[in-house]
Amino acid sequence: MNVEQISIFIENKSGRLAEITKVLGDAGVNIRALSLADTSDFGILRLIVNDRETAKQVLKERGFTVSKTEVVAVEVPDRPGGLSQILQALDRDQINVEYMYAFVERCGENAVIIFRFDETAKAISTLTGNGFTVLKGARLYAM
Amino acid sequence: MSYYNEEFETLPRQALEALQLKRLQATVARVCTSVPFYRQSFDRAGITPDSVKSLADLQRLPFTLKQNMRDSYPYGLFAAPMEEIVRIHASSGTTGKPTVVGYTRKDIDTWSELMARSYAAAGVHRGDIIHNSYGYGLFTGGLGAHYGAEKLGASVIPMSGGNTKKQILIMKDFGSTVLTCTPSYSLFMSEAAREEGVDFRELKLRVGIFGAEPWSEAMRSEIEEKLNLCAIDIYGLSEIMGPGVAIECCEAKKGLHIWEDHFIPEIINPETGEVLPEGERGELVITTITKEGIPLIRYRTRDITSLTYEPCACGRTHARLTRMTGRSDDMLIIRGVNVFPSQIESILMGIEGVEPHYVLIVDRKDNLDSLEVQVEVDERLFSDEIKVLQSLSQRVEKEIKDILGISCRVRLVEPQTITRSEGKAKRVIDNRKSS
Repeated sequence: MNVEQISIFIENKSGRLAEITKVLGDAGVNIRALSLADTSDFGILRLIVNDRETAKQVLKERGFTVSKTEVVAVEVPDRPGGLSQILQALDRDQINVEYMYAFVERCGENAVIIFRFDETAKAISTLTGNGFTVLKGARLYAM
Repeated sequence: MSYYNEEFETLPRQALEALQLKRLQATVARVCTSVPFYRQSFDRAGITPDSVKSLADLQRLPFTLKQNMRDSYPYGLFAAPMEEIVRIHASSGTTGKPTVVGYTRKDIDTWSELMARSYAAAGVHRGDIIHNSYGYGLFTGGLGAHYGAEKLGASVIPMSGGNTKKQILIMKDFGSTVLTCTPSYSLFMSEAAREEGVDFRELKLRVGIFGAEPWSEAMRSEIEEKLNLCAIDIYGLSEIMGPGVAIECCEAKKGLHIWEDHFIPEIINPETGEVLPEGERGELVITTITKEGIPLIRYRTRDITSLTYEPCACGRTHARLTRMTGRSDDMLIIRGVNVFPSQIESILMGIEGVEPHYVLIVDRKDNLDSLEVQVEVDERLFSDEIKVLQSLSQRVEKEIKDILGISCRVRLVEPQTITRSEGKAKRVIDNRKSS
């Protein structure tokens, strides 16, 4: 049910993001979704990729600190109010969102929201209980 | 309470000082006659052997520096002819030529006895099986700990360093009760044992005697928990003797007794050379008063500590040194505060038991010193959440402020940012020196 995201620590200096994307590109890894959180000193790059093992391996070989995190991918109709419904359901059950990011599926009918919760299992049961579609990892990597 | 040489270990202060004076006078006379370096430096200072009339006169004698030993490489400071030298050791010489020391038969006997006393102070006795993982060779650790163990009458396993899997096998099968090695190697062994499926709690180890590098109270707790033994701090240096110059007693574990019937300790201000009163922190200076091979007068050890003569629970009358906090050659003065990299290291070690790579960057902007602590973020420290990483750096900043009283900025950096040269990381970059 859960999706594996890889997270990479990057110092805030020029060229680091370019290097990561080049390393991944050279290794044939395709990025499905990404989010970059940054502070004045460092950033955390979060990626959903088609091939997690290869991505992790090539980045570690280049000296990057990489970790894997479980996130939850939810499908919502790509129309006004779609995201709001999800967040209201989560709020009713007092589930806290650590961070989130979104991408739109290629055919344009649905959007996918990636969530990081501190209580993943509880969050999934709330989401499915309210009729939302939680995507399997395999489906997302192959999108 | 168990002593190896009760009479001397508990000698009343007055008798101890009388003995020190007699031995100091003999040593000064010896180096004046047989070591040209001392004859010349005493001449310059206007000192003759009979001008040392009391222990206070020691302060008038010139210092001996490591550089003086290098300049007289290899045998220039020897006070005994080579026919009487039975052993030669040398320091590693990471910054140039090694410093060479020679021992007469009597020096080896003294060293063995002081090491035997040190074992006894740590609670080690006959019947113990001492697993000695200090390196054997030019380094004094291995042979010093070995001869002392034999003198005490314990069984010694001469392991030397390295081959960790075998170390663990032997500790387990031979029933070692005492471990001697560097504190960092002991932790390395505990990690390796875990991978081998060996639990230190099932071993018979009771005491660990750790030295040859500075370590912190935090590291002691970690070692005692992981290795399930009582960890004792031992101090020594090849220039003075080797291991066993000073050791903690197991009764108090509060400062290291320095064997004052053989060494006279002083604490000086490393900047001015002035002798500091009891309890004040500064550079340790040692005068050897029984050595024949290479006696040293007021040798500046560069190690930073303080001295106390307060009576100890163990009954030994010999002064105690507090845990070494660093070396005078890597002491930083930041906004007037003395800071040692080791103090920051022990704060960093407090973070969930990890020991991150770090570097201290000191700078001066608008006449104000600034300290930046760069900490490498590896997988053990990394989190995918910003707030976790930010609270980590804030916590370190706060602890440094609380403990050292200085504000600093902690910056998280990518692994391998910090240059490692010859296995030793460069921990301090002081940009003030170049400006």
